[in-house]
Amino acid sequence: IPADQLYFTEEEKQKIARFKEQYLEPAGAVMKTLWLAQEKFGFLPPEVLQLVADELGIPYAQVYGVATFYTQYYKEKKGKYVLDVCTCFTCQVCGGYDILHYLEEKLGIHKGETTPDGLFTLQEVECLGACGSAPVLQVSNGPYVHNLTPEKVDQLLEDL
Amino acid sequence: MTTNGVQSKAGDWRNYKRVLLPPVRDLHRLEVYEAHGGYQTLRDVLTSDRWDPRTVIEEVKKSKLRGRGGAGFPTGLKWSFMPPVDDRPRFLCCNGDESEPGTFKDRQLMEFNPHQIFEGILIACYAMSVRTCYLYVRGEFARWIEHMERELEKLYARGYVGKNIMGTDFSADIVIHKGAGAYICGEESSLMESIEGKRAYPRIKPPFPAQRGLWGYPTTINNVETLANVPLILRNGGEWFASIGAPNHPGPVLYGISGHVNRPGVYEYPTGMLITDLIYEVAGGIRGGKKLKAVIPGGSSTPPLRADMIDGVTMDAESLREAGSMMGTAGLLVLDEDTDMVSWLRRVTHFYAHESCGQCTPCREGTGWLENIVTRIDEGEGRLRDLDLLLDLCDQMEGRTVCALADAAAWPVRYTILRFREEFEAKCKPSLIPSGIDVAPSATSE
Ligand SMILES: NC(=O)C1=CN([C@@H]2O[C@H](COP(=O)(O)OP(=O)(O)OC[C@H]3O[C@@H](n4cnc5c(N)ncnc54)[C@H](O)[C@@H]3O)[C@@H](O)[C@H]2O)C=CC1
Ligand SMILES: Cc1cc2nc3c(=O)[nH]c(=O)nc-3n(C[C@H](O)[C@H](O)[C@H](O)COP(=O)(O)O)c2cc1C
Ligand code: SF4
Ligand code: FES
Repeated sequence: IPADQLYFTEEEKQKIARFKEQYLEPAGAVMKTLWLAQEKFGFLPPEVLQLVADELGIPYAQVYGVATFYTQYYKEKKGKYVLDVCTCFTCQVCGGYDILHYLEEKLGIHKGETTPDGLFTLQEVECLGACGSAPVLQVSNGPYVHNLTPEKVDQLLEDL
Repeated sequence: MTTNGVQSKAGDWRNYKRVLLPPVRDLHRLEVYEAHGGYQTLRDVLTSDRWDPRTVIEEVKKSKLRGRGGAGFPTGLKWSFMPPVDDRPRFLCCNGDESEPGTFKDRQLMEFNPHQIFEGILIACYAMSVRTCYLYVRGEFARWIEHMERELEKLYARGYVGKNIMGTDFSADIVIHKGAGAYICGEESSLMESIEGKRAYPRIKPPFPAQRGLWGYPTTINNVETLANVPLILRNGGEWFASIGAPNHPGPVLYGISGHVNRPGVYEYPTGMLITDLIYEVAGGIRGGKKLKAVIPGGSSTPPLRADMIDGVTMDAESLREAGSMMGTAGLLVLDEDTDMVSWLRRVTHFYAHESCGQCTPCREGTGWLENIVTRIDEGEGRLRDLDLLLDLCDQMEGRTVCALADAAAWPVRYTILRFREEFEAKCKPSLIPSGIDVAPSATSE
């Protein structure tokens, strides 16, 4: 991330200040601030973690420790759309792996990889808490797509 | 009510009227919730002479409500563990991390009836003299978090949350804390570490959170569904609640039914439903007219029951214990006759190996070994003695770690092997070496 873009705006700083007020100690605001930073910068390279640490007045090591503990914080650059396919046990028995393999074939990548055009990252994830409509995938930490079939996957890729 | 001559404890469940997920359109909006009597109970609790913190807790005790987060601990009793009020801060955490595979019921409440969660939170805060509640929601539920944030803003604007609620001298804040993908954060002490902004390593208990919780101060943690029951108890009385469903584990409960059934989904019924009724009546039976092979009654950590073990078993702690499993989160996974239990178990062990926080050696190493060995059996490379090795590993893990994740990882392995042994044996390489002689298993070599 270019150095001249590496800052929080006044508005963002105010938001972060409000996060801090919600916790007994400023460190409590680290997860919300990381979310905010990820939405802004797309991922969380060391220089962004440093920015978060400075803004909260806590050590870099702590911010790094938190960012690496959770799977939804992206430590490296991802595709424009991240497809998180659930293969956990309900999705597994309802065809989750078929969906994953279908996507691998269709996108020409393996799970964990990003398409060369930078459009899609494909990942395998644990239970998304939507087992009643298995198999399920989540798009970029946002909307869920339920009851997946190959046709639904085709449709989704077209819509994106 | 009887089916196959066996007693259900759920009474006339076919005519049951839903109270956690009532059939009201747009109930997730404050205006609609209020139009249906929402926040009247809170007002009553805060303003009527009948209620003070002590009598609220007494009423919850009377209801015999047990935690819906999986462990089934009596809620009123847990609240009474909070020390007498002094000048220190006190906290409530509402646990909406919902990450146990097979569990998807709290999300339903967040989507369709979030205000009943908020109202329950506020009553609980009043009962325990708490001024701040963190509602911890897993990060994947972003859409529902955004919705709840908007509704919460309305509550602040209306004076239902914040300073001097409804003009009384009671004040309480609700903060929604968004997780970021880590199963372990649902474990209550890990959840507190996460809120404090640390790597979420569970803490050793005791001390229990009521003694030393968030930032070292008195704290209570309750599941989302547990707290959503609280307004109902205060409105209709503890006795009313205690009369619903199984006497020792009463109340309405959200059953999440998934897997090989015709109508998977979340269904609200009394506790004490026959498992067979849930599968064949409520969820429409097994897909494709196939036969049942197994049921996992309460999320991935609860031992699977073979089809021939579920006759007459009802969904409550007592009956499930007798049957050899647990109520857990009441998320039932239904598996048909074609399911390969070995590859199913392989996926379960992968989950726990992936989610172990790595703090305790038996868990960090054990979950990895379980996965490696089950994988090798699944791939046809296992030997018969691997089954004993797996059971041995379970012995090494159970009850020897900081939190219950290691137990949760070991139980399904132990009971799937014990109850489906022939499937494992069929996949093992015929071995000339009798069990126990070869002392150097190469479990981690793959
Ligand atoms: N909802 C979900 O997504 C998940 C649920 N679970 C469930 O969680 C359960 C295990 O949870 P734990 O919290 O480890 O169970 P636990 O039995 O240690 O505790 C249950 C609750 O009672 C309290 N408690 C227990 N004994 C106490 C005592 N002597 N004094 C004061 N308070 C006491 C604890 O603080 C806790 O709030 C499993 O049975 C599993 O079913 C597990 C994973 C995910
Ligand atoms: C590994 C692990 C994960 C857990 N995850 C959750 C969870 O996602 N949601 C939940 O309510 N309880 C979860 N629990 C149980 C909590 O520790 C705690 O018992 C519960 O939130 C207490 O609320 P209750 O008494 O209302 O059930 C988990 C426990 C363990 C050991
Ligand atoms: S039992 Fe496992 S998940 Fe729990 S604290 Fe120990 S290593 Fe972490
Ligand atoms: S197993 Fe896929 S959503 Fe639960």
